[in-house]
Amino acid sequence: MRIKTLFGLTTALAIGISASAAFAENIKIAFIDPLSGPFAAVGASGLAQYEFAIDQLVNQQGGVLGGKNLEIVSFDNKMSGKESLIQLQVAIDQGIRFIAQGNSSGIAHAISDAINKHNKRNPDNRVLFMNYSAVDPALTNDKCTFWHFRFDANADIKMDVMTDVMAANAALERVYIIGQDYSFGKAVAAAAVRDLEAKRPDVEIVGNELHPLGKVKDFTPYARKIIASGADAVITGNFGADMVGLGRAIIGAGFEGPIYTYYGAATGITRTFGEAGKDTIRLVQEGGVNPPASDRAADYITAFKAKYPEQDIAQARITNVVEMLAKAIDAAGTADDVVKVALALEGMEHDSLWGGKIFMRPQDHQAIQDVHITVHTDEGIQFPLDNSPFGLLTESTVEMAGMDSATTCQMQRP
Amino acid sequence: MDLFLVNLIDGLVYGLLLFMLSAGLTLIFSMMGVLNFAHASFYMLGAYFAYQISTYLGFWTGLLIAPLIVGVAGAGIERYGLRRVHQFGHVPELIFTFGLALLIEEVVQFFWGKSQKAYDTPEILQFALFSIGNNSIAAYKVFMIFVSIAIFLALLYVLTRTRVGMIIQAALSYPKTVEALGHNVPMVFMGVFGVGTALAGVAGVIAGPVLGTFPGMAFVLGSIVFVTIVIGGLGSLWGALLASLLIGWMTTFAAASSFQFADILLFLGMERPADMAASKLRDLWTLTMPQIGPILPYMLMVFILVVRPHGLMGKRGL
Repeated sequence: MRIKTLFGLTTALAIGISASAAFAENIKIAFIDPLSGPFAAVGASGLAQYEFAIDQLVNQQGGVLGGKNLEIVSFDNKMSGKESLIQLQVAIDQGIRFIAQGNSSGIAHAISDAINKHNKRNPDNRVLFMNYSAVDPALTNDKCTFWHFRFDANADIKMDVMTDVMAANAALERVYIIGQDYSFGKAVAAAAVRDLEAKRPDVEIVGNELHPLGKVKDFTPYARKIIASGADAVITGNFGADMVGLGRAIIGAGFEGPIYTYYGAATGITRTFGEAGKDTIRLVQEGGVNPPASDRAADYITAFKAKYPEQDIAQARITNVVEMLAKAIDAAGTADDVVKVALALEGMEHDSLWGGKIFMRPQDHQAIQDVHITVHTDEGIQFPLDNSPFGLLTESTVEMAGMDSATTCQMQRP
Repeated sequence: MDLFLVNLIDGLVYGLLLFMLSAGLTLIFSMMGVLNFAHASFYMLGAYFAYQISTYLGFWTGLLIAPLIVGVAGAGIERYGLRRVHQFGHVPELIFTFGLALLIEEVVQFFWGKSQKAYDTPEILQFALFSIGNNSIAAYKVFMIFVSIAIFLALLYVLTRTRVGMIIQAALSYPKTVEALGHNVPMVFMGVFGVGTALAGVAGVIAGPVLGTFPGMAFVLGSIVFVTIVIGGLGSLWGALLASLLIGWMTTFAAASSFQFADILLFLGMERPADMAASKLRDLWTLTMPQIGPILPYMLMVFILVVRPHGLMGKRGL
């Protein structure tokens, strides 16, 4: 017994030492997002996509800097700004130089601010912020920093694309805007009004309404108002249960026009809409998968589903984050001097796995890319979501959306 | 006018749903003198059980079986949990039900995950029964109205016309005396708790497809149910019905109205400030009725407590 224990201990120790020796070579990325609590489903999905992208697109292709592997290390921020800053400090203390976060623009602001201060005070171990989802335009405008890179199209670019598509529809006469009563809902409403007035002054905005965030039990009265207003199309920035509740109520009340959304799919939402949402729910997003851009993209999704049957490629841009970071590290020749990596990332042009190019705009670190309007349907869907027959079919595309959009960013460079 | 009629029906549906939740709770509350914080959690369990059963055996089997399972679970919790805690007084009971609510939410997330479930109305009821203006009224909503009214009539009959009902009513007011007369009061308590939770289960089964089946569904409805029974009066079925309908119509009409508080300010002769951000009353200028809709029931509760502490139809106070 004793010998056995001793033997086991030695083995464990040996494995531990060799493992840490192997890990010491890895270049780590800290993933700071919710992995518990009400938003855990979204965080877990993102983590799986990072793990897979790093393994498939970088490590199996020979790694970076001539053989070093990338590695994602997860930190649970419980969707709280305070917790995120604690986890950020832990990650920095572990010597991690690259931070990935995306859920909630509020948290992204907190992290960006903290990283900016940290980098000023500690020029020897600076870090970079890979923002893969937070879409508040301010992050690449008034609040922009040299350390922050955004890989998703921001809310203004998305609204620009959405209204471009709407403006092209000559039959459109009345639009209803409804959203959650908080900063993002208000930002979406303001952008929608501004863009529609500029592009189609003849279109009447028949409703512009905010409802309490996460407190509405029954969306039917809102749906009735939308029907009564005679709206041809609805715009909403709702997410989570508010998105499903609103969408189902509107469709259930007999609405037949398009409902343009930011977050009307995946993590259970697509499955819940099912047949009822067909040809009605539309999403503005980058990186559409139906139809896939290439055989390589199709193979990638198939392999991902084989490894993570419960997850989906719901945030396609994650592969861009991983590939572009790997390229930048190679180009800089170092993973420790993040200023060099950041300079390599600035202005980088990258052929996305999902088709089209990604251009990291140097003046504000906003990724410029193709943005699509996709529709919820079960026809022509090669890669459905939520293990249901339904998925998102690309309907129209704006190439390099927002390429010449204005920015108020005045970047302080080191 | 069309919209008024439609809102009337929508408010009725929502009010009757609230009634099914509050009917059980009001009986349990007046009997035990303790708020059952976990009551809305039984509503959630009803929805999830019915969803699970419906994936195998269809919606109707779920409608029959899920409330039974919830009722039996409720009775079991009363018998082996609450009754033991009862002897230590009201505060431990309160904490027990509070813990139970948290536990049920975690258990639901553990088994069914955090994302919303695709629990849908039965296909046979997936059509618009009639339309008022352009607004279609789904057949399922009418079905919900009939189920709730049937349950109300059945409860009313049992409570007022049968021997069991008389014993329950007596046990609600004078438990000691009823026990002295030789009735098994703990058994009555268990039965009422079981039936009350089963009613919450029914509400979950039929509301799940409409209001969504997700781990937060109990939390969203939890507090409003307490408001309902306080407004209606403890232990009063009619009061619960009245208060539920009142709240249902109030929240529906508030959400549907396009009333703006700016109109009042303009009426009072004030001028709309040119720069809203600089105005001290900017919140009032931009406030609309739908935004304050969710707090109206709470304001009504405070008002009722001030002028009529025992509720609209209640016979005794808190």
